[in-house]
Amino acid sequence: MKCDLIVVGGGPGGSMAAKTAASAGLKVVMLEKRQEIGDPVRCAEGVSMKGLNRMVKPEPKWISSVVKGARIYAPDGKRVVMSESSSGNGYILERKVFDRGLAMQAAQAGAKVLVKTRALGLLRKDGAISGVSALRIGEPLQIEAPLIIGADGVESKVGRWAGIDTTLKLPDIESCAQFLVHDASIDDEYTEFFLGNSIAPSGYVWSFPKGEKLANIGLGIQGSRSKPGEAVRLLRQFMKTRFPNGKVVEMVVGGDPCSGPIDSAIADGVMLVGDAAHQTDPFTGGGILNAMQAGIIAGEVAAEAITACDVSRSGLKEYDDRWKEDIGKIIAKSFQLKEFFVKLTDKDLNHLIGSMAKEDMSKMDLAGMLRVLFRLNPKLLWGLKSLII
Amino acid sequence: MLTVNRYKCCYCGACVAVCPTCSLELVETWLEVSAECKECGLCTKICPVGALEVEA
Repeated sequence: MKCDLIVVGGGPGGSMAAKTAASAGLKVVMLEKRQEIGDPVRCAEGVSMKGLNRMVKPEPKWISSVVKGARIYAPDGKRVVMSESSSGNGYILERKVFDRGLAMQAAQAGAKVLVKTRALGLLRKDGAISGVSALRIGEPLQIEAPLIIGADGVESKVGRWAGIDTTLKLPDIESCAQFLVHDASIDDEYTEFFLGNSIAPSGYVWSFPKGEKLANIGLGIQGSRSKPGEAVRLLRQFMKTRFPNGKVVEMVVGGDPCSGPIDSAIADGVMLVGDAAHQTDPFTGGGILNAMQAGIIAGEVAAEAITACDVSRSGLKEYDDRWKEDIGKIIAKSFQLKEFFVKLTDKDLNHLIGSMAKEDMSKMDLAGMLRVLFRLNPKLLWGLKSLII
Repeated sequence: MLTVNRYKCCYCGACVAVCPTCSLELVETWLEVSAECKECGLCTKICPVGALEVEA
């Protein structure tokens, strides 16, 4: 099999890359190692409405619910409510349907999608990358192409095969667990965040409503503060105290990169997209939209590079330049925020949330909230001065 | 030796991401451990369900 571009991984990043490149006229093959695209889910499924609408026209069946705001709880139970803000409005997706929908769009744009096909390694000819060796439904398959996009997720191998070290250190990955829960007390219109070092050390607990009293309730803890089975143990403990009658109908686990931007997501003949390139937001943990944006950029650069017959590192440099300028700047800022916030004690968190009691947060987004927090707590947050102001 | 409790494993791949010697591979629902494994135990710490164990 021969093509211009092989995309390894059929998540949102891979599908957007494949769709963009195929629309630009490239012959594209997208490999998905699982037999089903989008399943099992490893995600809390929340995205900003504005961010998603900018990149695709969402189909109604992709969306479980629309939320209009967020409540953030301090360890002592005090809370701050943000609503009706531009970033407070969000979709909670149905990833199983959403991922498949995006893969369908890639296929409709002309990309060939191969499921249950796992990349085993890169092929090389005269030192240059010449394709991917794969196993398709258990049978060997060689696909020839001068350019590979690795959108192969948190467990990415493409980068490491190409000489980009994407191994995550424990402080740079969150260990996560999530239940899909039915409970009468779930508010279908608000996301909720619970902070505290005893409930989720250097992370947080989230509740993302999926409609009809269902919610993704999960948590992430910093890898360096994790021990075997800790994420699931803490989640069960949280459920016992906060949702003792909650009915669990699904379980999801995963690792979320929070390393900040990597130095370079390219090598000769290779570009990395999404979790594979640690493009998740280190502060919020959100990765879907960043992966899609990077996928679009990589797809465009792939088309240019193939047309110009230059897939060398220098020919692909535009991808690095563009993703860093776009999502990279926010990821870098979020990494510094994360590094600061993971060190806060419960006393600090109580103080910060409590300080906003008299403020009107109803029209505020995350950046706005951080500015208010800084104004009210300059001493505690002085280290973030350059980031917030 | 690194052992995988396949009844516990939820095949999320977090362990693969932290492996410093690239010794783990997630094949759909099956975690493979290669002979390169140095038994450093980083993967056991990150595992959300505690499916990995280094046995003496």
